Amino acid sequence: MKGRSAITVVSAALIFFAGYAALFIAPDESTMHEIQRVFYFHLGSWMAMFIALSLAFVANVAWLVTRKPQWDWLGVASVEVGVVSCTAGLITGVLWGRPAWGIWWTWDARLTTAFILWILYISYLLLRGLIEEPQRRASLSAIFGIFAFLDAPLVYASNRLWRTQHPSPVILGGENSGLDPTMGKVLIVCIVAIMAVMILVLVDRYRLERLRHELDELRLAANVRGFGADSGSSSMLTKGLP
Amino acid sequence: MTTARAATIVLTKELRMEFRARELLSTTVVFALVVVVLFSFAFDPTAGESRRYGPGLLWIAFLFAGSLMLNPSFAREQSNQTLDALRLAPVSPFAILLGKMLANLIFLGVAEVILVPVFAVLYNISIAGIVGRLALVLGMGTLGIVITGTVFSAVAAHARMRELLLPLLLLPLLAPLLIAAVEATASLFAEQPALDRAWLAFLAGFDIVFLTASWLLADFLLEE
Repeated sequence: MKGRSAITVVSAALIFFAGYAALFIAPDESTMHEIQRVFYFHLGSWMAMFIALSLAFVANVAWLVTRKPQWDWLGVASVEVGVVSCTAGLITGVLWGRPAWGIWWTWDARLTTAFILWILYISYLLLRGLIEEPQRRASLSAIFGIFAFLDAPLVYASNRLWRTQHPSPVILGGENSGLDPTMGKVLIVCIVAIMAVMILVLVDRYRLERLRHELDELRLAANVRGFGADSGSSSMLTKGLP
Repeated sequence: MTTARAATIVLTKELRMEFRARELLSTTVVFALVVVVLFSFAFDPTAGESRRYGPGLLWIAFLFAGSLMLNPSFAREQSNQTLDALRLAPVSPFAILLGKMLANLIFLGVAEVILVPVFAVLYNISIAGIVGRLALVLGMGTLGIVITGTVFSAVAAHARMRELLLPLLLLPLLAPLLIAAVEATASLFAEQPALDRAWLAFLAGFDIVFLTASWLLADFLLEE
């Protein structure tokens, strides 16, 4: 457990430093000034979301093929992390959009794709909450997860064909693109910090799912042996009530 | 038994059930009609406005009607455990899924055939010259709705709150289909109708991607 708390402290320190670096170390951006500083966390959140949801897709396929419960735990853990980083990306984007574009939101390809993904993966989590049986919950949510992941490029392509307004990528975007060296360093720090926090949450969430699974199995075993945890606890509860 | 033969048997069974009860089609048509009529209060249905909003409202009506109509497809197999009986049959799970997809395609297709002329009359849109091309767009779009819709009907059948859950799973997933179908339909409703082939190709791509995915995942979808 010592190692875990050390990693937690390091990740926390890293994310605070990243915030400081984005606000005070990174140089002023020539056209958008202070508003641009949100970009360091904006891009980091999207990268975290992309990695988390890709991981979820891998986990969903792997569950269907191997039937190892570990994949199901990884699936739900990474979807939750993906939804959280998607929320962070949407909020930072909206905050940037108002001063930069003069509007909070626009139905641009990237924005729409992110929004649809956000809704789809929230539906994934809702779906899991509405199916009782663990095996069936894992399979059916994996199928939905695969469909949702396949849908993402289609949403993007359809909106791209239709209308688009998001600034094109600054990094690796062809000529005249590229970042100031200090900006680049701050960006890397921010990305590393966000990844560290996301991995930490992911591992914790995975552990929680594993413990839940173990608890379910213990309950089942107790019920089978006839001194059910359910009947025991409920009778204790009723005794406690007037 | 080949997949095609098994799927035909499931299709016949679905059609026979519908022919005897006649409840799914009538409720779907009336529901879609209610949506179309309600939209006429939401904006002023003159010819110019109808060209702008018409395609969108037509597809919203089909999408909503479809997401409600597809729910019983698997849910009604639950009440007497008839899905277990279907699974026991020595046919591939994809054949069962395919049979139901085809049945739903026919149901939603028939509802659309009834609804489109009514829509054209109510919203002053002339469809005389574009019947063939419109049928193509409607067919491709409806195929996309029933492919994904039948799969998620099977998913939602095992969940609580399934009536609410199916639209929730289905509608965001159909967002790209809605855009493509609306744009293709709008290109036909224009003053000089010219089918936008790019959107038609997009619809075909959507159908192919999700039909392939359903084929690959059918075993897991209908397992016990």
